[in-house]
Amino acid sequence: MFTANKGRLALFGVVAVGAVIALAGCATGDPLATDSGDSAGETLVVSSSNYYSNEILAEIYSQALEEGGYTVDRQFKIGEREVYLSDIEAGGIDVFPEYTGSLLQALEPDAAGGSADEVYTELEGVLPDGLALLDRAEASDQNSWTVSKDFAEQYDLTDIASLASVPEPIQVGGNSELESRPYGPSTLTEMYGIAIAGFTPVEDGGGPLTVKALQDGDIQIANIYTASPAFAEGNLVALDDPDNLFFPDNVVPVVSDKVDEGAADILNTVSAALSADVLVELNAKSSNDQESADKIATDWLAEANLF
Amino acid sequence: MSWIWSNGDLIWDRTLDHLVLSVPPIILSFLLAVPLGALANRYRASRGAILSSVGLLYAIPSLPLFIVLPVIVGTSARSPLNLIIALTLYGVALMVRVVADGLASVDPDVRQSAAGVGFSSWSEFWQVELPLAGPVLLAGLRVVAVSTVSLATVGAVIGVQSLGSLFTDGFQRGIQAEIIAGIVATVVLALVLDGALVLLGRLLMPWTRKSSSRVMLPLTPTPLTPTPLTPTTTPTTPVTR
Amino acid sequence: MNLLIESIQWILDPQNYVGGNAIPLRVLEHLGFTVATLLIASAVAIPAGFFIGHTGRGRGLAVSISGAFRAIPTLGLLTLVALSIGIGLGAPYVALTILAIPPILAGAYTGFEAIDRRTIDAARAVGMSEGQIVRGVELPLGLPLLIGGIRSAALQVISTATLAAYLADFGLGRYLFTGLKTRDYAEMLGGSILVILLALALEGIFATIQRFVVPRGVVSSRSRVVRVR
Repeated sequence: MFTANKGRLALFGVVAVGAVIALAGCATGDPLATDSGDSAGETLVVSSSNYYSNEILAEIYSQALEEGGYTVDRQFKIGEREVYLSDIEAGGIDVFPEYTGSLLQALEPDAAGGSADEVYTELEGVLPDGLALLDRAEASDQNSWTVSKDFAEQYDLTDIASLASVPEPIQVGGNSELESRPYGPSTLTEMYGIAIAGFTPVEDGGGPLTVKALQDGDIQIANIYTASPAFAEGNLVALDDPDNLFFPDNVVPVVSDKVDEGAADILNTVSAALSADVLVELNAKSSNDQESADKIATDWLAEANLF
Repeated sequence: MSWIWSNGDLIWDRTLDHLVLSVPPIILSFLLAVPLGALANRYRASRGAILSSVGLLYAIPSLPLFIVLPVIVGTSARSPLNLIIALTLYGVALMVRVVADGLASVDPDVRQSAAGVGFSSWSEFWQVELPLAGPVLLAGLRVVAVSTVSLATVGAVIGVQSLGSLFTDGFQRGIQAEIIAGIVATVVLALVLDGALVLLGRLLMPWTRKSSSRVMLPLTPTPLTPTPLTPTTTPTTPVTR
Repeated sequence: MNLLIESIQWILDPQNYVGGNAIPLRVLEHLGFTVATLLIASAVAIPAGFFIGHTGRGRGLAVSISGAFRAIPTLGLLTLVALSIGIGLGAPYVALTILAIPPILAGAYTGFEAIDRRTIDAARAVGMSEGQIVRGVELPLGLPLLIGGIRSAALQVISTATLAAYLADFGLGRYLFTGLKTRDYAEMLGGSILVILLALALEGIFATIQRFVVPRGVVSSRSRVVRVR
C-alpha cells in the first residue's frame, strides 16, 4: 500500500510545484498579456508600499484612473522600499505614489536636497530611464525630529536648534538608517551643538513603538512622519526645520511610459487637490475610524468632486 | 472588535494567501528531506556531515535570506517563489534529522527479516522502513507545518501578502483588533494544518490506530522536536509503555 | 559571489573592531542574550517536562500548548509585548523564551518517555522512591533527548535573537537592520555570517556537552534495548 502512497505524494509534489510556478507567473506576469490595442483599455499596474497611507494614495489613483476608463491592476503592499525599488527600476510598475525626498535619497544617497522644488528637479535627474514624475502634490509626509509634548514644554522647544538648550544629553531613536543619514545625530551635534547621549534603534518607521518610547522617556527625540495620525492625539510636537535639514517629501506619482496623456491628466488633477491637511485627514480616517483604503478613497473622490 | 466584523473578507483572503504560501514548502521539504535523511541514515560517515550542515540552515536569519535569495536564484525581488524557497529550506533543516532518526528507529531485526524474505534493499526501504518510520516522520512533519505557517508571516516585509500583512498594517494604523486577528488567525491556521496532518496520518497508517501493546510509539504522535543526538548515540527508540 | 567576498572583507575590516558597534561586543551581547533566554526557558520547561514525563499526566495539554507556541509569529508577539512594556530587552526576552520553550519541553518529556518501562519498574521494585527514580534513573537516561531539545532551541534562539535589535541597541541584529535599511548588503550578509558562525560554535559546544554529560552506561544500555527488542 505504501507504493500507492508514494504515488499520491509524488502527485502532491507535482501539484505543489505547479502551484508555485503559477504563483510566480502571477506576480511577475506581463501586464500586456491581455492585448487590446486601444490605449485607454490598456491595463496599468498601480502599486503601493507596505505603508498604509501609501496604500490609500494608490487606491485613490486607481479609482480615479478607472473612472477615466483605464483598467487597473492593483499590486498593493509590495514591501519596503529596499525591496520594491529594484522592481520600479526594472519597469514592472506603471504608477507608484512616492515621496520626493525619500525616493531621491534612496536613488542618490549623496543628493544635496533643498526646497521642495529643488528636490523635485534633482529627483527628475536621477530617475531611471523609462520612468517619469508627474506633478507633485502640496501634501507631504516627511521626516521630522519629534519630541513628546511634555519634553517640549519642559525645555520650551520650538525648532531643532532649540534642542541645544536641553541640559541633559539627548537619546535619539528611530530606524537604524537614521544614525548615518545627513540629518542624523552627528549633524545635530555639528550644526547646532546638541549633546547626544546615544542612538536607540526602533525599527518600526516612526510607528506606535517609537511613539511609546518617546512617551515613556526611553528616547527624547525620534523621527516620525509628519502626516502620522500620532500627531492627532496632541501628545507629540514636530520641531520646526527652518534650515531644511530634512528633504521635503511631497507626494508624487512615479509613472512608466505606458501612462499616456489622459492618465497623466487624471493623476495631476488628483495631485492638485491633495493638500497637506487632506493627507492627514485621510490617514486619520484609516487609523482612528479604522476605515478601509477602498472606502476612504471612494469617499474622498466623491467629496472632492474632481471628475 | 468591530474591525473584525467589517473586515471578514480581508481576513479570509489573507488566510487563503497564507495557505497557498505555506502548503508547498511543507510538501517540498518533506520530499527533499526523505532522500537526504535516508542518505544520512545509511552511512555512518555521512550522518554527522549531512545532519550538521542541514541543521545549520536553520541558523540563517530569515530577513537577509529573503534579500539575498533573489540575487542567488535569479527570481524577481517580490516573487512569492523567494518566500517558498526560503520556507522550504527551513523545513528541510527541521525535517532531515527527523527522517534520519525515524529510519534509525526501525528495528534492525525487522529489516533483516525483510531481507530474509526476499525484499531488495530498494523495496525494503519503501515498503518496510519508511512505513515503520511513519509515525516519527508524521511527528516531524507536524512541527514543520506549524513553524512554516508561523514563519510565512515574515512575507509581509518582502511584499508577499499573508496573514502577517494584517499585523504589520494593524501596528501602523494602531488597530489592536487587526493585530490580534492576524496573530490568532495564524495560530488557528497552523493548528488546522496540524490536525489535517494527524488525519492524513491515520488514513495512511491505519495500524497506528490500534492500541496494541506492541506499537513502537506513543499513540498520539508527539510533536517531537528534531532532537539532535551526537552521532555516536545509538538511535533512541521510544519503547512500548 | 562578489557580495560574499565583500561581506567577508566587512568582517575582517579592522574598523569594525573598535567603538560601541565593535564586532566582538555585538557577539558577546548576542551570546549573552541567547544563554539567558535558554536559561529562562529551561527553568520553565524542564520541571514541567519532567512532571509530564514522569507522571504521564498533562501530556495532551503540553502538546497543544507547544503547538500553539510554535505557531505564534515571533515578530508579531515581540511588537505586541513591546507596545505594553515599552522598548528595550524585555519584549525580546518574552518573545524568544516563548520560542525556546516547545523544543526544551518536548526534549524533557520525550526523554523520560523513551525509557524502557521495565527499567523504571525494576527501580521501583528495588525500593527506590519516586524522587529517587526521577533523579537516579529517569534524569540520566533522559538526558540525551533533553540536551537535544535544548540544542535545537539554542539554534532557533541564536538566529531569531537578531530581532532584539528591532527595539534595542543590541546584538548582531544591528548589522542586519542597518545593512538592510541603508542597502549596505555586505554589512547585512557579514552580520548573518557571524550569526551562523556563532551557531556553529554553539553546536560544537553542545556536541561536547552531550559527549561528557551522558554517562557511558546510558549509551550502551540504549543500544542493548534496541537489540533486545
